[in-house]
Amino acid sequence: MTRVIKYVFYDILRTRFILLYTIFLFVSTMAMYQLDSDSGKVVLSLVNIVLMVVPLVSIVFTTIHFFNSYEFIELMLAQPINRSVIFLSEYVAVAFSLCFAYIAGVGIPIAMYGFNPGGITLLFTGTMLTMVFVSLAFFSSVLTRDKAKAIGIALLFWFYFSLIYDGLLLWVVYTFSEYPLEKVTVGLVALNPVDLARIMMLLTLDISALMGYTGAFYKDFFGSYVGMTFSVTILFLWILLPLLGSLRIFSKKDL
Amino acid sequence: MTNRLFLYGTIFFCLAIQVGVAKTIIVNPSGTVRSIKDAINLAQNGDTILVMRGVYREGNIILEKSIVLRGDNFPVLDGENKYEIMTIHANGVVVTGFAFKDTGVASVNDLAAVKVLDSKHVKIVGNQFNNTFFGIYLANTTRSWIENNQLQANAEAEHQMGNGIHLWKCDQITINNNSIRGHRDGIYFEFVTNSLITNNHSDRNLRYGLHFMFSHNDEYRDNTFINNGAGVAVMYTKNVTMIGNHFEHNWGSSAYGLLLKDIRDSHVNNNTFIQNSTAIFMEGTSRTQFKENVFSRNGYAVKLQASCDDNTFERNNFSANTFDIATNGNMVLNTLSNNYWDRYEGYDMNRDGIGDVPFRPVSMYAMIVERIPTAVLLWRSFLVFLMDRAEKAIPVMTPENLKDESPSMRPHDIHLPGK
Repeated sequence: MTRVIKYVFYDILRTRFILLYTIFLFVSTMAMYQLDSDSGKVVLSLVNIVLMVVPLVSIVFTTIHFFNSYEFIELMLAQPINRSVIFLSEYVAVAFSLCFAYIAGVGIPIAMYGFNPGGITLLFTGTMLTMVFVSLAFFSSVLTRDKAKAIGIALLFWFYFSLIYDGLLLWVVYTFSEYPLEKVTVGLVALNPVDLARIMMLLTLDISALMGYTGAFYKDFFGSYVGMTFSVTILFLWILLPLLGSLRIFSKKDL
Repeated sequence: MTNRLFLYGTIFFCLAIQVGVAKTIIVNPSGTVRSIKDAINLAQNGDTILVMRGVYREGNIILEKSIVLRGDNFPVLDGENKYEIMTIHANGVVVTGFAFKDTGVASVNDLAAVKVLDSKHVKIVGNQFNNTFFGIYLANTTRSWIENNQLQANAEAEHQMGNGIHLWKCDQITINNNSIRGHRDGIYFEFVTNSLITNNHSDRNLRYGLHFMFSHNDEYRDNTFINNGAGVAVMYTKNVTMIGNHFEHNWGSSAYGLLLKDIRDSHVNNNTFIQNSTAIFMEGTSRTQFKENVFSRNGYAVKLQASCDDNTFERNNFSANTFDIATNGNMVLNTLSNNYWDRYEGYDMNRDGIGDVPFRPVSMYAMIVERIPTAVLLWRSFLVFLMDRAEKAIPVMTPENLKDESPSMRPHDIHLPGK
């Protein structure tokens, strides 16, 4: 398995995309730190990048990469290797390189300008989101044989989680505003990894004070031991479920 | 002319007699007079009691003569966690240079380190208060001074602690240059009129840094309120003047820099509001002027409830606040003019420093959150960003008339007290 991972990894490095992505993250993070002296506010601005750009890049890159290495996968399948080994190697290599790019690009400036709880949460949630969207990308890739279609599905995932879902959530909150919705919304937020990451970020940045009763409730919940375990578990589920689903499809698929 | 000379002569003569008659009693742990109570028994009106360094445990000292109590090198008056330390019921008393510590804590009586009842011309100057339940307590007292005192307490819960400087039904009091930390309310006023509160420093109090009710015609200048549990609360009062105060880091889900409730005909000028979760919260406030204040890095700069009317906001600087103004209704009875808003994106064709397009400081999302607090969980999401942009272009939800017709292009150069 390690050998397959190594080949995929070299292949990714050859395209130089990962390098550009790292540089992009590094430059924009550095620029924000230099524009603003308050490190708390920098982290707040970085939240936008993490919530928008990181999922988008992860999901699109992974889908394209999967279809570009389709021939390689077919070649590998001709060898006496288990399908799941090939598939998981692909996943590990892609996820590892994207996470590495993110941690290097954002983590180095944060380390340079001083770690704070906000920065650490930012790194953690960003890494988790990268892995979640790599999983989702694999899922959309195995759903179809057509590259364009797969990219379309991937973009739809991204669009759904960053925009459509929030719209639905707002509608629910608006419609049922007469009811105590706090507990329900915790459940609803768990259904969207982007929202979960955003709320985890907001709560560590000490702006929950602005969020009134809801903020206090969330802080109580997510700040507690149970809440932390809950959110991390949910994020892991968001990584594992699409991955296992796609693995299942891939194993049975007629390539 | 001769008349006036005669008058001066008489005053001088009287003073000379006074000085000649008044005597000084020295209290020393190793001297002839060993307790302050004995000294008070010996003293007559106009005398001075000089208390030398030492620790005095005398329970409750009751003072009913007009005398000067002076501490040499901060003698300690210890309440042993049981007693009220000093109760003053006389005019013209001066208490200076003492270190009060450990008063009793009670839920029925308001035990204080220094309590003044029904008196005039009292001066409490330059004392230290450590771990007192109430620090300085004035009731029904007029024309008095509380100056240069340092009060510190460290209770964990509100019910274990009284107020630092507590005034009830007083008139013409000057409170200057005190520092108050760790009490329930730093400075508490109820029915206090015509008073001047200057240069005080109130921080880390559990509830309000300054709290006043029914206290008309008072003036607050150059005070600093930092890190208090709920900031500063001002209620049911008219004719208040607040100038040059500093409200900083009053942060928490129910903390306000300045909470105004049922206030009218007042002035809030040249104050600084930095990093408060809500800099000013206004409810039932009328005819109040907010001029040349600085609002920076607050959660909400101004929460203007619909019950406020005829207030004016003029020449204030708003920068780096999460929300500049939030409101809960569509009716607008207040005026905004010539403020500086860092979010303003308009232009100035004739270069007179005033933007040509009105600025609407209320963001749509702030309106939604005001109506449905739960919606705050979408804060900082992409959706909200898009909605705010759309609303800016075509206002639908935000009050059409809450706008600054003449926004300033540049921050005003506001003179602030030296910090």
